[in-house]
Amino acid sequence: MSKPLSQAAAAQAASTPTRRTVSSSRISRPLGWLVPAVTVGGLLPIAVLILDASTGALGANPVQRAELQTGLLALALLILSLACTPLRLVTARLGLAGGRGWTWPARIRKSLGLLAFGYAFLHFLIYLFDQGFTLSTVAEDVVKRPFVTAGFTALLLMVPLALTSTPRSVKRLGFARWTRLHQLVYVAAALGALHYWWGVKKDHTPPLVAALVIALLFVIRLLGRKKARRSVVSG
Amino acid sequence: MTILPPDHDRDDQPNNDQAGEQAPSRIINPRREFLRSAALFTGTVASLGGGLELLTRRPGAAAEPTPGEFGDLAQGNLAQGQVRRPLGPYDTSEAMTPYAQATSYNNFYEFGTDKADPARLAGSLKVRPWTVKIDGEVRKPQTVDIDTLQSWFPLEDRIYRMRCVEGWSMVMPWLGFPLAALIRRMEPTGKAKYVQFTALNDPKQFPGQRSRVLDWPYVEGLRLDEALHPLAFMAVGLQGRVLPGQNGAPLRLAVPWKYGFKSIKSIVRITLTEKQPRTTWSIAAPDEYGFFANVNPAVPHPRWSQATERRIGELSRRKTLPFNGYAEQVAGMYKGMDLKKFY
Repeated sequence: MSKPLSQAAAAQAASTPTRRTVSSSRISRPLGWLVPAVTVGGLLPIAVLILDASTGALGANPVQRAELQTGLLALALLILSLACTPLRLVTARLGLAGGRGWTWPARIRKSLGLLAFGYAFLHFLIYLFDQGFTLSTVAEDVVKRPFVTAGFTALLLMVPLALTSTPRSVKRLGFARWTRLHQLVYVAAALGALHYWWGVKKDHTPPLVAALVIALLFVIRLLGRKKARRSVVSG
Repeated sequence: MTILPPDHDRDDQPNNDQAGEQAPSRIINPRREFLRSAALFTGTVASLGGGLELLTRRPGAAAEPTPGEFGDLAQGNLAQGQVRRPLGPYDTSEAMTPYAQATSYNNFYEFGTDKADPARLAGSLKVRPWTVKIDGEVRKPQTVDIDTLQSWFPLEDRIYRMRCVEGWSMVMPWLGFPLAALIRRMEPTGKAKYVQFTALNDPKQFPGQRSRVLDWPYVEGLRLDEALHPLAFMAVGLQGRVLPGQNGAPLRLAVPWKYGFKSIKSIVRITLTEKQPRTTWSIAAPDEYGFFANVNPAVPHPRWSQATERRIGELSRRKTLPFNGYAEQVAGMYKGMDLKKFY
């Protein structure tokens, strides 16, 4: 992360004079602790999970608990990564950070996204373990049960995103194509929430909250983009 | 924390692409800046890690309540893991689920939807005094005190498999009496075709009933021939002890060839009816939970397969058996029925 060329930073570079971008990145440079902190904090639940498993705190059905928690962690981190750009847009609207909005969320977006993918993959591995790595059962689940299909598709969609999360990939794909590819994250998140909805037996409140938050973030994003287009036209 | 100093060092070096500009922030005391970064690092780790834990961690219940022993009341001798020899005709010889796990991992939505909720909150359930109303198509309708009801029958042990519709199972050493004995004593009329069971409805004792996750009170039912089957059992104890609240005290049903949700807990009313009762889960999700709910590996739940199950305490799954392994005893009751339709 020596030079985070994220969408937000690039968009900012396009819309503001170069000099201001340089000085703004200099002001936020002392945030060097931020990405390591997010990585360590995001991995902390794994340590607690291992500790819980070794002390029996996962209860009578530890595999099911671990499966559930890693799934929840994946969805929570995916939503946090989706919140980064809306957070910048909203803070800009509120006139914070000299009207440009907070730039630090853009710095941790990649880490949050990769953490989400990591937990989703771990969730899938625990599911495979639960099925005794019987691939025929897994294949049947994926094809026949919408609940599993949704979760599996979400995981598959996150693979290309994780693979192209480096600044080099942005350069190689070109910013526009990279952005379009990474819009898949909304599909993955929506499928994740659907998977969660179908996964609970009765109390649908938590998955509903997750779905509403994703929808809200998406709307903020759309409004932000519309406004940016308008300002391009009028400016 | 070791990541910090190099990062901080980098802050002190001029960046190549920005070499032309001198930042005013360089005046800041580096030591102070380091401590500030360290504090922010720790705070961020704690708040992100802690927030995620708060949001997603659901530790299992650790409590092992110690209800009273049945003592003289109990005819059986299944105290604390001690297996009676020889086993009765309806007992399984499989290893019993440890008491601590059988009483800390429960589906009992009256206390909450998490499996640790029942053990955690069972203290709010008052099991004495407790009466059971028996009515409907019987010649002797009555409301009877639980202790009186219990004294009508010699208590016996039954080591039953219990298969939850969610794909896990336990081996439960129940203590109680056959349901048939109770029903016969009430003298069903010729119109009686079904037995409806109703659980306690009291949000003060059942905190989970304050939310409308299910249509309270919990109602279950059996066809009369099912209810009169010798396997259908009314439990008042578990492993030689008084039934704990989280397992459905003071009186619950145990129908081992059906999914666990059929075995209704904390029963206050038993009604013999002419029509098939409308049961709670079949109202909540009719495409997922049927009236019969016989354990059937060939009929998947819409969201998961029922072919395998995890026996609590084991890591890998085992095959689920038709009628939960009781096919020999009960399959005859369903002869000619399409079990894919009547799931």
